[in-house]
Amino acid sequence: MLFRRETPNLWTLLTPPAVWALHFLFCYVAGAIICAKAPEALGELRLAIAAATGLALVIIAAAGAQAVRHWGFGSDAPPHNQPTDEDQKHFLAFATLLLAGLSAVAVLFGALPALFIAECGA
Amino acid sequence: MSAVEPRTETDDARMRREEAELRAAWETPRGWRHFSACNNQTVGLWYTGASFFFFLFAGVLALIIRAQLAVPGNDLVSPGTYNQLFTLHGTMMMFLFAVPIFEAVAILILPQMLAARDLPFPRLSAFGFWCFLIGGVFVGGSILFNAAPDSGWFMYPPLATDTEQTGIGADIWLLGLSFIEIASIAAAVELIVGVLKCRPPGMRINLMPLYAWYVLIVGGMILFAFPPLIAGDILFEMQRLFDWPFFDAARGGDPVLWQHLFWIFGHPEVYIIFLPSIALLAMIVPTFARRPILGYGWIVLAAVGTGFLSFGLWAHHMFTIGLPWLSLGFFSAASEAVAIPTGVQIFVFVATLLAGRAIFSIPMLFATGALAIFVFGGLTGVMVALAPFDWQAHDSYFIVAHLHYTLIGGMFFPLIAGLYYFYPFVVGRMLSARLGRWSFWLMFAGFNIAFLPMHITGLRGMPRRVYTYPEGLGWDWLNLVSTVGAFTMAAGVLVMVWDALRPGKPRAPRNPWNAGTLEWVAGDPSEPWGIRSVPPIRSRYPLWDQPNLIREIDEGKFYLPGAPEGKRETLITDVLDATPLQVLRVPGNSFKPLIAAVLIGGSFIATTFHWWLLAIASGALGIAAIMVWLWTGTAAIPEKPERGAGLGVTLPLYASGPASVGWWAMFITMVGDGTAFISLVFAYFYYWTIHPAFPPAGMAPPDGALMLGGGAAALAAWAAMLGARRANGGGHAGRVRLLIGAAALLSVAGAALLLLAPWQAGLDPVAHVYPATVWVLVLWTALHLGVGVLMQGYCLAGALAGRLTARHDIDLRNVVLYGHFAFLTVATTLAVLVLAPRAT
Repeated sequence: MLFRRETPNLWTLLTPPAVWALHFLFCYVAGAIICAKAPEALGELRLAIAAATGLALVIIAAAGAQAVRHWGFGSDAPPHNQPTDEDQKHFLAFATLLLAGLSAVAVLFGALPALFIAECGA
Repeated sequence: MSAVEPRTETDDARMRREEAELRAAWETPRGWRHFSACNNQTVGLWYTGASFFFFLFAGVLALIIRAQLAVPGNDLVSPGTYNQLFTLHGTMMMFLFAVPIFEAVAILILPQMLAARDLPFPRLSAFGFWCFLIGGVFVGGSILFNAAPDSGWFMYPPLATDTEQTGIGADIWLLGLSFIEIASIAAAVELIVGVLKCRPPGMRINLMPLYAWYVLIVGGMILFAFPPLIAGDILFEMQRLFDWPFFDAARGGDPVLWQHLFWIFGHPEVYIIFLPSIALLAMIVPTFARRPILGYGWIVLAAVGTGFLSFGLWAHHMFTIGLPWLSLGFFSAASEAVAIPTGVQIFVFVATLLAGRAIFSIPMLFATGALAIFVFGGLTGVMVALAPFDWQAHDSYFIVAHLHYTLIGGMFFPLIAGLYYFYPFVVGRMLSARLGRWSFWLMFAGFNIAFLPMHITGLRGMPRRVYTYPEGLGWDWLNLVSTVGAFTMAAGVLVMVWDALRPGKPRAPRNPWNAGTLEWVAGDPSEPWGIRSVPPIRSRYPLWDQPNLIREIDEGKFYLPGAPEGKRETLITDVLDATPLQVLRVPGNSFKPLIAAVLIGGSFIATTFHWWLLAIASGALGIAAIMVWLWTGTAAIPEKPERGAGLGVTLPLYASGPASVGWWAMFITMVGDGTAFISLVFAYFYYWTIHPAFPPAGMAPPDGALMLGGGAAALAAWAAMLGARRANGGGHAGRVRLLIGAAALLSVAGAALLLLAPWQAGLDPVAHVYPATVWVLVLWTALHLGVGVLMQGYCLAGALAGRLTARHDIDLRNVVLYGHFAFLTVATTLAVLVLAPRAT
């Protein structure tokens, strides 16, 4: 399981950006299909993108919360450069937390077009 | 440990003995046999030299282009030659210089940086190098025969698929580069496994040099970026060779699909060449700031974040083709978002320099020049990421200026910084600081003089790729200035090349820059062994923080101090905390990778000229050569199960399944292979979206019963291989052979049924894109079952020869892993071809 685990690893590190990737893929693929096949359903698509964005942000927040826990709730500041299990864990957690922040921003960026653009166009 | 045992030899005698053992095991062959060397240190040097040569070649092409454009109405070269010049310039700079030099530099310095004797697959590196060299000479040399590709480096159909308007050059591009892409994926396998499994004991994931982080990310990106281009190349070449209409709108195809597949590769590729170069700066900046990097975690964020986001940008190359507005918005947003992690790296470098006491040596000069140029290119990037601005600037010289600012600032200058920085440890000599300053200022000034005016030329409306222009449009003097700049920059490159090649440079002291990372342990580059003994690591900058480290490494105080059995060995450690797990025997020098590359390359080249029999013969011999190479050189059963690795640790010599590096190599390769397959599936659904019905009216999907029969046979083959693995674990040798044989027969049957299905339905691939897409998916799947049969045959031969035992089962475990992916391929093909038609 990626969540509720005791120690972070490379997979937990990659979770937030992977969620961004899935969100992006969903927005692009769903948008392309709807605009090609059923432009009249764009309203529903925008709602679906809103829902997907909410879901993505929840998963990223969960990954971020787990990272904060692995990080020891900030008890130990970077650079996390000691050859110990603790610093290894704190480093991975800190990097995951940063990635969660970036991924959340990128997910929001990705959702903005669906907020503003109400026609398929072109 | 030995302290309590009676002393049998003095320390000096022991050191001399160990050095002699290592020198013998790692000897670099001399004379013509030099080219059989399979050692990343040697291959990395060849690789770097070859890709730099291609850079110089492509640079000369650029100078001819600039000479032609210097004045209006110039007739230095003909329009046709000009097309070849700019196509080959872009193609060579990207495919033969920017990407390969990353692989070259990485396999050259990564082993040293990780204090590894070698990375796990030196023969694969050699094979990759020979593929690269053969493909590169083939593609680059074509211009000497007036046969170079001439439709631009991204080869847009319908022009590039038109065999009337484009000659053999397009085939040379497609087949030559497909062949080179194999080399890139081979390098990605080597580098990912190297970073994850070949670090020195104690070098935990939080202590890894930042360069290794970047290499890891870029290796992963290659696996997802190159395969879509390979898939695109397959579709493209099927159209050019056999008239399958993938990009022909008249028969249901769509040229835009090529643009998608090309740029799904092409935009991540920009970051694939940018990140490893920035990685060089991440090593150089701390050394000259005299302090550890500030914000190690932030760099990891930036590298991982950029790696991911770079896959969401591809359509910003396609803003003008009429995508839905919503799609423009998504790609524009992601293009802006990627500026965040990219900017973070720049701030980390600047902060590290501010916090330290910066020494402005030549590498730092190039590093700061790189940052200045790249930031400028990044800012115009933020501009063109906005679709409305891009509509104005698209295909103008503004874009030419933008892309050269990002690539030369983000890739070329950091690389030259790296060249000045690493030259002493690779060659053992110091480059001249005086010539370095000349070279830098000529290049920096020349670059800006050449490319800064192009922004204005572009905004004044000059389109890219025109071979000349009339006077009086306000472009004249701008172009002349650009030409002067280009030649100035070339003079800087010449100064650098002269300095690198001239004899009589002073010998470099050990660790001349007083750096903190392990590559600087290397003393005399003529010693072939990588590192004398593998030290335990406790710091990100071991040479700064671990006292007496170099001396004790030299004295053989650490792991693997000698080679008592005369074998090449390297340490395998855990992915996260780098505890030692295995002593891996790595293969020695051999001509087999060279022979395999020549034969496989021959097959690609013969296909270009439609010499089908030769192509098939060369390909079959190539596969046979690879089989011989695998049989004689891999998965050797060691003469004893384990060996003392030094410091009182005893480690196994053999590992299989997920504990072995070979299993990871197979896994990584198949991830790349799966990405190529998914790209073909993407093509199917792309056509599905643009057609009102797919399959179109009057066309039947492939025969359902045959498809399901093929799927069932493939499933049974997969189950038989699982059974064989289980039986092998239980030591039932007879049952193993029976099951592997059954799996091979079932695979053949499955492939045959799958191929029969579209045949039975009368699907003609030339008639329409639907049957062509069906055939491509089915052929891909059948080919994978066929390759599976070869592997099963290999295992069966191993079982009969007594090489496959309950404990020594590397091959079987790897083939079962392949089988998982092959079966997933079959299942996906079935789902797409049988179920999707029912959904429309």
